[in-house]
Amino acid sequence: MEPMTAHQLKGIAVSPGIIIGKARLVDRSRIKIFYKYLLDEKQARQEVQRFDSALQATKEQIRSLKNGMPDQIKQHAFILDAQLMIIDDSMFGEATVNTIVQEKINAEWALQKSIHNIHQLFEQVKDDYIHERITDVDYVAERVLRNLTGKEVEDLTEIRERVIIVAHELSPADTTAIDVGKILGFITDVGGQTSHTSILARSLKIPAVVGLETATQQIQDGILLIVDGNNGEVLIDPDDELIIQYQEKQLQQERYQSRIAKISHLPATTKDSHRIITKANIEFLDEVREAREHGAEGVGLYRTEYLYMTSKEIPSEEELFEDYRQVAKNMAPAQVTFRTLDIGGEKFMPQLAANKGLNPALGLRAIRFCLREPKIFKTQLRAILRASIYGKIELMFPMIADLQEVFQAKAILNEVMAELDDRKIKYQQDIKVGVMIEVPSAVAIADILAKQVDFFSIGTNDLIQYALAIDRANEHVAYMYQPFHPAILRMIRQVVQAGQKAGIRVAICGEMAADPLCTYILLGMGFKELSMNFGGLPIIKELIRSLSYKEAQADLKRILKLDTADKVQEFVLKRISSIMPDIGRRSYIH
Amino acid sequence: MELKKSLQIINELGLHARSAAKIVGLAKAHQAKLYLKKGEKEVDGSSILSLLSLSCPQGTEVEARADGADAESLLQALTELFERKFDEGR
Repeated sequence: MEPMTAHQLKGIAVSPGIIIGKARLVDRSRIKIFYKYLLDEKQARQEVQRFDSALQATKEQIRSLKNGMPDQIKQHAFILDAQLMIIDDSMFGEATVNTIVQEKINAEWALQKSIHNIHQLFEQVKDDYIHERITDVDYVAERVLRNLTGKEVEDLTEIRERVIIVAHELSPADTTAIDVGKILGFITDVGGQTSHTSILARSLKIPAVVGLETATQQIQDGILLIVDGNNGEVLIDPDDELIIQYQEKQLQQERYQSRIAKISHLPATTKDSHRIITKANIEFLDEVREAREHGAEGVGLYRTEYLYMTSKEIPSEEELFEDYRQVAKNMAPAQVTFRTLDIGGEKFMPQLAANKGLNPALGLRAIRFCLREPKIFKTQLRAILRASIYGKIELMFPMIADLQEVFQAKAILNEVMAELDDRKIKYQQDIKVGVMIEVPSAVAIADILAKQVDFFSIGTNDLIQYALAIDRANEHVAYMYQPFHPAILRMIRQVVQAGQKAGIRVAICGEMAADPLCTYILLGMGFKELSMNFGGLPIIKELIRSLSYKEAQADLKRILKLDTADKVQEFVLKRISSIMPDIGRRSYIH
Repeated sequence: MELKKSLQIINELGLHARSAAKIVGLAKAHQAKLYLKKGEKEVDGSSILSLLSLSCPQGTEVEARADGADAESLLQALTELFERKFDEGR
């Protein structure tokens, strides 16, 4: 008998569940061009301007590539010089401008015509070397097109049937364009537990496997796939027997999920009556309802970047206020913790994009950016304060690394409050102000910070990345993202103890909170509040109800003596498996 | 002032991206317009793409035409560039 066959890929399981469906390959290299006639001279002039600035931007990019070239390969810089000449070539830029003006068509279309003409010109050339140069032309054209379209890629809004998205990687801009109702699952070549796709998939409760490295090369558009988000397996073109086997597995899981969902509103109280508050992390307004349905007792982390990411301009105070007001109101009387803007400065200042550098995570972002651009920061703070009377709101500053930053942020907050007082605008006067603990320096000075703030929330995603020096988007080191690393456990414990000593609340809002194995450790540490993507709430609550706080505390002492992440994991897995046999493999840590 | 001059491409690699780029550089440094002609086909000497499309391997004869006030110095510089094998050494 033939063995069950299917070509199999193995990646990182980031969102549980099994799904069987058709692949939809999202080709990130191709740019979709749209064609448009211009109405009049004025539009043509604007279009020429748009094209010129795209050309300038392209030149800038090529120049900075050239400047950034290591010395060993400097002799190849002439290729970039040739590209710069192509941009300046009359057949490229000038011809396109003429076409825009004469034929009254948009820049993309006109550029395509120029490229077509250049191709024709080279067609008669026999010389292979020169023939090859056409690739330089195409390369430059591609860059210009990207600059013209604002790096927009394939239009994901066009997806009509329910499919499994296969991509190299997906940006927040991509995923906001997708009609998420159409997506059965995600698989990507790169990424880790906390890349954007993973977080999105978990909040949508659809299976996802990332870090597959070659998925986009091995999977053809339209082919049947089985994605197992529990163990990171992707089966390409499975036979009937495999399909039946996985359908059975799928069914079992769905039954389990629906049973859990029915009891999700019950409080998370351990067997020995220790009550844990479970809250949701949300990214946008629409998630409030789902968070409640999944049993969230508040929003422990409202990521406020969405409105900034989805619009080209900085959102206005009114726009922000309306969104915040609704989030506060729909969640009331439960609390919402607003994290102020946690975004890279390059989003707003193109001049920063150029030196975005190799380490954007270490750059001008989050509170650093806000303190440098108080106008943007104040607008957001005003909107949050104004929304505060519609519900129960807390403020939280991200990426605090230093006490001075806390003082500066609070000073700006006080200025905004004084302004509102002057204008007789009401807000929650006693609003609580906390900080995210996600930079190792903040852990080290947690006792100092604790005296100045009302609460801590540990952002484990970034903390792990910064503490273990792992770029979480780098698939080659993603395996080293280890929440069970003794260093991480010690850091978390240090923060909890600093908080307890100062008498302030310590919550956790990273992905660790949603991992069943981590839950046990966090319980033992003494956390009273866990905030996670709402998809994880029912299971985590169910797990907490089956645990004993006293045992977790006793086990923590043993766990803290273990010297490697593997030993910690093995220990906890054994414990949890004996309590809830089904749950150990739901851990995303492998 | 319009001047013409016949030139031969003697460098081993012929007219390729790097050498063509040098011609473009010269053309842009002068006020006069530069054209290169091979057989019946004449192209803009300030366009690297046009120059490449002429397809000129080693030994090709081309006719340079310069039109403008400094046509003479442009052709002089161009001749020297060709003779120096575009500074490629062979």
